[in-house]
Amino acid sequence: MIVQALTFYLFSAVTVVAAVMVIAARNPVHSVLFLILAFFNSAGLFVLMGAEFLAMVLVVVYVGAVAVLFLFVVMMLDIDFLELRQGFLHYLPVGGLIGLILLAELLAVAGGWTFAPEAAQSVAAPLPPLAEVPNTDALGRLLYTRYVYLFQAAGLVLLVAMVGAIVLTLRQREGVKRQRIADQLRRRPGEVVEVRQVQPGQGV
Amino acid sequence: MIHELNILPATPEMFLAVAAMALLMLGVFRGERSTRMVTLLSLTALVLTALLLPIFNAGVEDSFAGQFVVDRFALFMKSLVILASAAGIVMSLSYIERIGIARFEYPILMLFATVGMMMMISANDLIALYLGLELQSLSLYVVAAFQRDSARSTEAGLKYFVLGAVASGMILYGSSLVYGFAGTTGFYGLADVFGRAAGAAPSLGVIVGMVFVIAGLSFKVSAVPFHMWTPDVYEGAPTSVTAFFSIAPKIAAVSLFIRVMVGPFGPLLDRWQGIIVLISIASMILGALAAINQANIKRLMAYSSIGHVGYALIGLAVGNESGIRGVLIYMAIYLFMNAGCFACILCMRQKGQMVEEIDSLAGLAKTNPMMALAMAVFMFSMAGLPPLAGFFGKLYVFLAAIDAGLYTLAVIGVVSSVVAAYYYLRIVKVMYFDEPSEVFDRPIGLEMTTLLAVTTLFVTFFFIYPAPLLSSAAAAAAALFGG
Repeated sequence: MIVQALTFYLFSAVTVVAAVMVIAARNPVHSVLFLILAFFNSAGLFVLMGAEFLAMVLVVVYVGAVAVLFLFVVMMLDIDFLELRQGFLHYLPVGGLIGLILLAELLAVAGGWTFAPEAAQSVAAPLPPLAEVPNTDALGRLLYTRYVYLFQAAGLVLLVAMVGAIVLTLRQREGVKRQRIADQLRRRPGEVVEVRQVQPGQGV
Repeated sequence: MIHELNILPATPEMFLAVAAMALLMLGVFRGERSTRMVTLLSLTALVLTALLLPIFNAGVEDSFAGQFVVDRFALFMKSLVILASAAGIVMSLSYIERIGIARFEYPILMLFATVGMMMMISANDLIALYLGLELQSLSLYVVAAFQRDSARSTEAGLKYFVLGAVASGMILYGSSLVYGFAGTTGFYGLADVFGRAAGAAPSLGVIVGMVFVIAGLSFKVSAVPFHMWTPDVYEGAPTSVTAFFSIAPKIAAVSLFIRVMVGPFGPLLDRWQGIIVLISIASMILGALAAINQANIKRLMAYSSIGHVGYALIGLAVGNESGIRGVLIYMAIYLFMNAGCFACILCMRQKGQMVEEIDSLAGLAKTNPMMALAMAVFMFSMAGLPPLAGFFGKLYVFLAAIDAGLYTLAVIGVVSSVVAAYYYLRIVKVMYFDEPSEVFDRPIGLEMTTLLAVTTLFVTFFFIYPAPLLSSAAAAAAALFGG
């Protein structure tokens, strides 16, 4: 029990520190690396909760795809982050004010929060007993049966996103040399190789 | 499991999605030469979907564990949306070739947008609502920026994307608050929870969540104060895309708005009625005043559409069966008026160049009397002059408002439609009484002629035989109120 508590505090402390460093680090590449650290430790927290599927997804999707993408963007785009921060003090009063108003509103909402009395019964898909069904199994059963409509719809949204990205950015450039394997295979030695008798000292 | 899910009611959507994907494959393998063929096949797919609709959406059925619902309301709205998408594709046929954006993805993205709209109309769950909305919006962002070599089109797409993402965020945030209160995202469950708590004051969190959802949906129907994107996007996007934007997504978003407000939030009517009244009044007034000074006809149509949404929202603000019937009639008539009007705008072409200035319509009555007559009919109809169709659209929402005692709303509606008549009539004046400027190119093409003829005849002679539209709208509205 004590080991579990210690692990929890270790993971959560590292997560919080890494998250702070994401916004505090001067070098944007370091920020992204701290973000990855935060993701890994959050994944650890999920494992402690018994949600091994979410932990894996967090690592695979966020670390493997999103964070690496950020890293590419940060490295490839020549953004002067110091310049971006120039206006920080300038906008601080207005931004801070808006932030405070939003915070007050959120507190008002959270302070007066009530649950509908029926909320507990109306939960669409109650949690199965964790000891019997591993949560990957439970998620999969729901996702591919009860929520198959939403799953397929999400797939369509992604397809449209892909088509859109291609439509808006792909350009067929003229004069690009491409490899055409069929053409390469169709070549016969007789068409392209020429045997000449070269006299010594004369060249072709 | 298949039987439990009851997937049959969603057959038209599934057919259209599969058809779109098949056409995508065809386009990819055949290359750019296939654009014309893909466009015509897309039209065929829409026609087939329209034929499937009455077969599979005849009764009232839930499908996919209650996330998807078909009823008379869905049938009516989906028919309108398919008609609007088909009109949008027909109008694009030669236009996209002329301005050099004829790529096969264009009709396919429109098909995906149509699938999204049909999913929105049938959404019976907050998650289904969001996914349908995103499928539609994402396709629309891309077609707005389709003319990627034009800075204005790209700007329109980007602006629409960023603001649309904010609106989607608002809907999601609101939905999460609502879910947090009720513990369910299904519309039946929500209506049940709110209905039981009707007498007591609902929790503040629910009200905040509902207001966020309303704000996001108002953005999607471009109602004031969430209308800022409309004029810029309408002006910047290619004209055929603007024509599509002004009809199909608007109808879909209005019907989603109706379903959400009347369905799950129906028991909270007295909480949201004031908000919708305010949005409706602001839209009508801004639509009337801001359009007066516009020189670009696409911007003018943008403000006009904001005004029309204001009139349609009167019916929603009433919130009873006759109000919703008014909205449905209004949207059906709006579809024909706007499709015809944009068909005219798409014919505004001088020496191969598109023109968008209102002044270039000068003297159209002398150079092309038929087109001037058609445009004049649409303008009179939008202004709401009897006996044209536009008058009846306004009549039914105003009557519903007066019956429900919302006199302010009706009076402001009448006053603002008088103001709006000024700029509609100004276009008629420019066409009939100004000296002819440059002549528009002819011929305008068979498909445009047909479209113009059909819409003009509908708008002109609607009053002779309005019964089919009125009765199907009444049946659709009754379906929402459990009738």
